[in-house]
Amino acid sequence: MKQKGKGFNYARYGYLFSIPFVIAYLVFHLYPTIYTAILGFTDCKGLGNTSWHILTGDIWKNFRTILNNATFQTSLKNTVVLWIMNFIPQITLALLLTAWFTSRSNKVRGQGFFKVVFYMPNIITAATVAILFNVLFYYPKGPINDILVSLGLRSEPFYFTNNTTASRWIVAFIQFWMWYGYTMIILISGVLGINPEIFEAAEIDGANNWQTFWRITIPNLRTILTYTLITSMIGGLNMYDIPKMFNNGNPNNSTLTANVFIYNQAFAGSYMYNRAAAASMIMFVIIAVCSIFVFYLMRDRKN
Amino acid sequence: MTSKRVSRGIKYFVLIVLAIMSLFPFVIMVINSTRSTTQVQQHAISLIPSHYLMNNWAVFNGKTFDPIRGFINSVIISGGATICTIYFSTLTAYALVAYNWKLRKPFFTFILCIMMIPGQVTAIGFYQFMFRIGMTNNFLALILPAIAAPSCVFFMRQFMLASFPLELLDSARIDGSPEFRTFNRISMPIMKPAMATQGIFSFVGNWNQLFLPSILLTRNTLYTMPLMVSQLKGDIYKVEYGAVYLGLTITVLPLFVIYFLLSKYIIAGVALGGVKG
Repeated sequence: MKQKGKGFNYARYGYLFSIPFVIAYLVFHLYPTIYTAILGFTDCKGLGNTSWHILTGDIWKNFRTILNNATFQTSLKNTVVLWIMNFIPQITLALLLTAWFTSRSNKVRGQGFFKVVFYMPNIITAATVAILFNVLFYYPKGPINDILVSLGLRSEPFYFTNNTTASRWIVAFIQFWMWYGYTMIILISGVLGINPEIFEAAEIDGANNWQTFWRITIPNLRTILTYTLITSMIGGLNMYDIPKMFNNGNPNNSTLTANVFIYNQAFAGSYMYNRAAAASMIMFVIIAVCSIFVFYLMRDRKN
Repeated sequence: MTSKRVSRGIKYFVLIVLAIMSLFPFVIMVINSTRSTTQVQQHAISLIPSHYLMNNWAVFNGKTFDPIRGFINSVIISGGATICTIYFSTLTAYALVAYNWKLRKPFFTFILCIMMIPGQVTAIGFYQFMFRIGMTNNFLALILPAIAAPSCVFFMRQFMLASFPLELLDSARIDGSPEFRTFNRISMPIMKPAMATQGIFSFVGNWNQLFLPSILLTRNTLYTMPLMVSQLKGDIYKVEYGAVYLGLTITVLPLFVIYFLLSKYIIAGVALGGVKG
């Protein structure tokens, strides 16, 4: 009986031990989020200014200004385009490598080595990587131009960082290059989690590798593919470090992403905290809607 | 069987090309950091290191790029944030697993929901808040928020559910050990493997952060490594190619060391993260 009384008492430790997390979340995460939302409806601007008033009259003014801002529209389009340009090759290559690395009939030697090397770029500071690529693509005497000219592939060096298409592809490539190894490892662990009996049954039924991959592996990876798609999408819509450091959104705003735009609104030029806050909230809504849409699309229809 | 051999050949060819693609930029970076600016200008690509490492290092003297300062600042911030994340996430996960309380389920659902919210969405409000209370240019602004790390709590909870012997708590209670002491002395040591894995990711994640430090830290002496590296784009270094490569190399060196020492655990950790869905 005493035991039971004591067991009841222990419940309070559950609350007690959760307090630090809850307080830190309220103070450092929730409060700033609400603060951001409110700032979107104010006149708060100017370097280091913290006093503000809620807009009178047209309360949605900042949101309207941002949505009608041509540069914001460009940045939004760029963000989506850059994400698609990196995600499609990334998931394709990751799936191909997953199929190779988990093939039962045809084991790849040196898997450990390849995994370590492919994942490596993911752990390196994105800011450093972006600047490194900027230097590698230097005009006129960077290493890439050196290769192109020395091998006779081009008669003169190419001004990569001044060309909108080339810059976009480079930024998308960096993103792809940093993330395909990560996606591959996640997918491999997903395949290893599938019940091996299903594969054995398919083998007995005479399914070839191609059929097994499309009919068994892919459907069983649905949850993990959804997870990969959503995390990559959230990351992609928040893309900042690489476009910012590679060329600060240039040339001609071709690699300007929504987050670089927000940074430039708030912490450069005329320090428009209110407009940056409005843009942040718009991005927040877009990300939430996209995530819910993907969840809905990829849901398991059998249940 | 020739077709099988051909497909095998293609496989290894692609894998080797990808491996070169991963390593090539870093190899060029390291080699060029030992070459003089003139050498880099004449031929930006070379597989033979030169002997200008110290000359390149000397270029940094008297300039704002101070990698040692940056290294120390980054260690303080990443170390502090990692300790906060790991300790409090373990504690929160422990509250979720070891005790039976009314709000346990709703609280866990809440953690799952906030896991999905990207941090940058709060940045403007966070900056204004920190500015108001005079915490810009203060490392605590980057360390304390790490106490609430929902995805780390999630991971710790999964680990605890799978491999934590709850009977241990009963025997500790019989021995009269207070709950908080039990957590610190008995439960935490059991969680060591999970704490180590999450610790690596938390540390590297904080080390690589650019956005928040770049808005909160405006004083040169407080710059972290990624902020230092962003200075390499400044005009003063435009003509010092060798030094730029050296600067980049220095900023990634600690990560290379961590990675090659712990790659086995890191890869395993990534794989674990994937099955959480």
